[in-house]
Formats: sequence, structure tokens, C-alpha cells
Amino acid sequence: MRVITKIGEWIDHRLQLAAPIREAAEHPVPRNTASWFYVFGSAALTVFIIQLVTGILLALIYVPSAGEAWSSLQALNHQVVLGWFIRAMHGWGSNFMVAIVLIHMVQVFLFGAHKYPRELTWVIGVFLLLMTLGMAFTGQVMRFDQDAYWGLGIGASIASRVPIVGPAVVKLMLGGPIIAGATLSRFFALHVFVIPGLLIGFVCLHVLMVLKLGINEWPMPGRIVKRATYEAEYHEMTRKEGAPFVPYAVWKDMFFAAFIILAIAVCAFYFGPFGPTGQPDPTIIQTAPKPDYFFLWLYALLSLLPPSLETPFLLIVPPLVILGLILLPFLSGEGEKSWKRRPIAVITVLMIAITLGTFTHLAQFTPWSPHMNAWSGDAVPDRYIHGTTALERQGALVFQVKQCRNCHSIGDTGGQRGPALDSVAVRLTRDQLIRQVIQGGGNMPAYGNNLSPAETTALVAFLETLHPATQSPARDAARDLVLNEHNPKPASQP
Amino acid sequence: MTTKPVIPPSTETALSRRGFFMTLGILFNGFAAMVLAVPIVRFLSSSITRGRANGYLSWVPLGNVSNFPEGETRLATFRNPNVMPTDGKTVDTACWVRRVAGDQFQVFAINCAHLGCPVRWFPQSGLFMCPCHGGAYYRDGSRASGPPERGLFEYPYKVESGLITIQAGELPTPGSAIASLTGEKPPCA
Repeated sequence: MRVITKIGEWIDHRLQLAAPIREAAEHPVPRNTASWFYVFGSAALTVFIIQLVTGILLALIYVPSAGEAWSSLQALNHQVVLGWFIRAMHGWGSNFMVAIVLIHMVQVFLFGAHKYPRELTWVIGVFLLLMTLGMAFTGQVMRFDQDAYWGLGIGASIASRVPIVGPAVVKLMLGGPIIAGATLSRFFALHVFVIPGLLIGFVCLHVLMVLKLGINEWPMPGRIVKRATYEAEYHEMTRKEGAPFVPYAVWKDMFFAAFIILAIAVCAFYFGPFGPTGQPDPTIIQTAPKPDYFFLWLYALLSLLPPSLETPFLLIVPPLVILGLILLPFLSGEGEKSWKRRPIAVITVLMIAITLGTFTHLAQFTPWSPHMNAWSGDAVPDRYIHGTTALERQGALVFQVKQCRNCHSIGDTGGQRGPALDSVAVRLTRDQLIRQVIQGGGNMPAYGNNLSPAETTALVAFLETLHPATQSPARDAARDLVLNEHNPKPASQP
Repeated sequence: MTTKPVIPPSTETALSRRGFFMTLGILFNGFAAMVLAVPIVRFLSSSITRGRANGYLSWVPLGNVSNFPEGETRLATFRNPNVMPTDGKTVDTACWVRRVAGDQFQVFAINCAHLGCPVRWFPQSGLFMCPCHGGAYYRDGSRASGPPERGLFEYPYKVESGLITIQAGELPTPGSAIASLTGEKPPCA
């Protein structure tokens, strides 16, 4: 023991780091910050370290080459001992990291920690959030499978919409004219060298500023932040009723950090690694690419925005959001910190959370995408053809063969792109059905060129049977009246 | 080494002398940085500038005309003309070939004009459908419904001695050379 102490003293005589480290660890913090609400920052750092360690382990096997990345992932999953577990830790770690960084940001915002004098800490935090999302996107590319390949295509399509420099940006991003070897290599460089290097630097600055400026005190309603007096008040508070960070507050951080590590490990163990899905071979087109969960909201948004709004939205809104986040502490640097006195802040957070949550939820079952296999996979339910005429049955066949099911459901199976047709006859008259099928409209393609008159007649005859037994089909009252006036018996329709 | 007596320098001359060398040092490093910056910038921007001289596009064969029956739309694949050794399968590209009649063709990019997902052809309903955000196109490539703002991208083609070749080499995106080669189609009903 004495030898160890001696060696320690010998080293510190030369390094002289023990004193500043002890000072940092024992710096007084307001007693009420030793709270379970204050553990998310250190948790984010913990997950970041997990990502660094598992990332380095993966790099021992992974090959960043478009020709071999996919098979090296297969080797990690199936050949290398516990390779699947390290991949799963890294994948689940990225999900946890995005989630914890967002929770940390919400907590900091609701507790008013972005206000004077911690503006720069917040701004660097915004950069850290952007870099975390950058790691998430580039990480998805590292899993070089079909989702990664077509995800890059989506990224390139968005980038190409930038006026004037768009095509140049695409070539810079892809490292050439197409998604290929150079693309994976440059995303590897970003994911492994550039962004992590920046992250480490900015995390150090972020933590250094927390140490220098002191941790945000628990906000009390009515305790107003003023530039002139805040720092004196804060130092008075920590001097009078402060407690050393170690061990008074740190034990909660430590418990939560261990809990998060175990949570990632449990998820990794039970749910396993993510993918890889099919090979990144662009000639295999039977694929429906989807982003990882942190970008699902964007996937939904891109389907639901009106086409004409899409490009302006994509190019204008993200810079505005980032600018707004950066300017936030300068626009509201003083005043109330407590969320109990900041109703607009609370409503804003709730609105954003509900919006992102709704989009993410929608993107999980993509009601806007045609079900590519519904027409051949889901038969028309028996009850819809029970007791029908030959013509109506022929119509059901046309309905199936012409892939109407890809976009329209009946009997709760089929696509959700268009409306469900179980009771379409109640909504549309015979003439309206014919017009809709032939001319399309309201986001439905026109089938006039693709259906013979006989097919159309049969299809519409079938569609007219689609109504609940208790409801009669829609009919054109005026037309009936006119036809009855001129001909006592209704004439057979063409 | 002999120790020289420290002469307290008359501040003005020492400052200007040291200051001069300091300035010279900064300028020298600035020059070195500039010398280094030229190759770095040229290296980084090579993927942009390489394509500028003669373009990435060149003519690639898709196969015999007889492989494509009249009035039908078939999937064809070609190898991208620019290949690097590490590209693997990514240089193989698919496209939809529609033989209208005789030597009259339409060759569509596989990439949806919305965000580049692979569109699939459904001969029964005569539509191209996209699995990502629900774009749909008619058999002639014009927009039918969904988020795309234009029809499918078309490769320029030519038919020579029974062989169909297309001009390709770039990922078709709304801003790429392919997109402007064929221009926009009016939506057809």
C-alpha cells in the first residue's frame, strides 16, 4: 500500500493533477441539485463512452469497403464469438444515446438551465445534439445493407434540391457520381474520426463549463435570474448551503449510469443486433427501405407534406430550428427558471413531443405506402362474393388483378393509401364510381387507359355491392326522377 | 555552452526585432498552409471536378433489342461506367425498359423522382409504384399520384445494330444531369 502511495506521489509531483482534480470533484453544489432529475447529462456521457468502447471493438472486425462491409457484419453476427452482442450493444447504445440526449435537453430547458450565465453551455449542447444525430445517420450507413443504400439515396435526393450547389453537394457527399465504395469510406471517416473527434472536444468544453459556472440550482418559482446579481447569489448559495459534489451528489449519477449500462446490455441480449437486412445490391429492388427510429418522424413527414411544400420545408425549416435553438438562451436569458411559471415553454415541449411521437408512430405502419403484395396475397373475403352475380364476381376478379388492393383495403386487409372500400357504394353512386375509376383524381391514378369497358363495367358492378346490409347504396335522386319522367320503366343503362 | 550575461535589451529595438521574426514566422506558416491547402482542396473536391471535364455519363449497353418484347416493360441491369476496386455490387444498377414499338423505347431510372427509392412495375394495373412514400407513375413514366413532383427520370437511349445502349453513370436525383437531359413531362390523365 505504501509503495502504491509512493508511486502515486512520485507521479503527481511531476504531473501535478491531483489537486485540481480533487478541487473539481469536491466543488460545492447546491444541495437540491443532488436529484434524480440531474442524472441525464452524466448518463449521456456514460453511453458515449460505451459507444466509444464498443465502436473500437467492432472496428477490429468490420471492413469499411462497399464490397465487403456486409459480409464482415455477417461474420460479426455469426462467426466471431459474441460479435452479435457487441453489435447489439453498439446499436442499442445509439438508440439510448439519442433518447437520453433529448431527455437531458428537455430537462435542462424546463429547469431554465440555459439562462444566464450558461448560454454557451446550451449552445455547445445544441452542437452535441447535432453531432449525436450525425453519428446516428452515419452509423446507419455503416450497417451497409439495403436500408443503408437506399437511405443514402434519400439523403442524396434531399441534398440535390439545394439551389445551384445541389449537384456538387451530392457528389461531395457520395464521393463520386453514384453510391459506391467511396461513399462508404467517407461515411466511415465521418463516423469514426471526424464526428467522434469533435464530440470528444465539445463534451470536454461542455463539462468544463458546468464545472466553472456551477451546476444549475433547483429552480424556485419567483426566484428571478438577473444578469447583475445572479452570480453573486449563486456563490452565496453554494457557500452557505452547498455540499461537495463528490460524494454528496455523485452517487445518484453513478447509480443511474450503471442502470443505463445494464439496460443497454439487457436490450442487446434480448433483442439482438440490428440487421443487416439484404445485401446492398441495387439490382435487388424488392425492398421497402426504412430509416432507424430516430429518423422515422422525418420519413413520415416526407410522405405527408404537400408535394409543393416539400422542398422549401426541407431546405428552410431545419436551419431555422437550429438557429432558434442557438438563439434561445440569448432571447430568454433572464427571468423565471421554474417550469411552473413558464407555461409556453411547457406547451412547446409537449407540442414537439406529441408531434414527433405521432409521426414516429405513423411511420411504423406507413399507411401512405401501397402494400406491394396485397393484390396477390390477400384474397377478397368470402362474404363479399357470397350470392353475387357472375358479372359482380368478374368485377371482384378485376378488383384483385388490377391491384386495387395495394392501395384500398376491404375486410380490413390491403393498403391504406386510399380509403377502405367496404362501404364505398354508400358514398359514391354508380356514375361517380365509373368516373373515379376511369379518371382517377384525389391522389388516385386514372385507370381509363388500362381497363377495357367490359372490365370497368364488371368492376363497378362489384363495387356497387360493397355496402352494409342495413344501408342502401347511394343513388342519384335527380337522375332517377328524370329517367322516370321520360320512361315509365327505367331503361337499362349502357 | 558558455553562459552569456543577460543584457536587459532596450525594449524598443528588441521588440521590433522579435516582432519582425514573429511576423515573418506567421507569414511563413501561412505560406506553408497555402501550399498544403491546394492539394487538400483539390483532393477533397475531386469527386465534383472529375465529373466536370467530360462528365460522368457514358454509353452503356443494356442488351439485345430482342430481349425486350414490344409493348412490355422489363427490368434490365447495367454496370456503372465508373468503377473503383472497392465498389462491390453497388456499381450494378437496375432500370426499367419499356419497348413502345419497334426501335422506340423508354428507359426509366429505378429511382423514384421523389426521394430515390426503387420503384416497381405492375403490368396488370400499368403503374410503377414506390414502396417508400407512395409515389405512383403511369406506364409512360408520367406522374400518377403521390409526393413526386415530376415523372420518372429517363435515360437517353439509342438503338444500333440490334443493341440498345443508354447514357448513364450518375445517380438520378432531381438535380443530376440525367434529370435535365429529358426534362419534365406534363402529367397525363
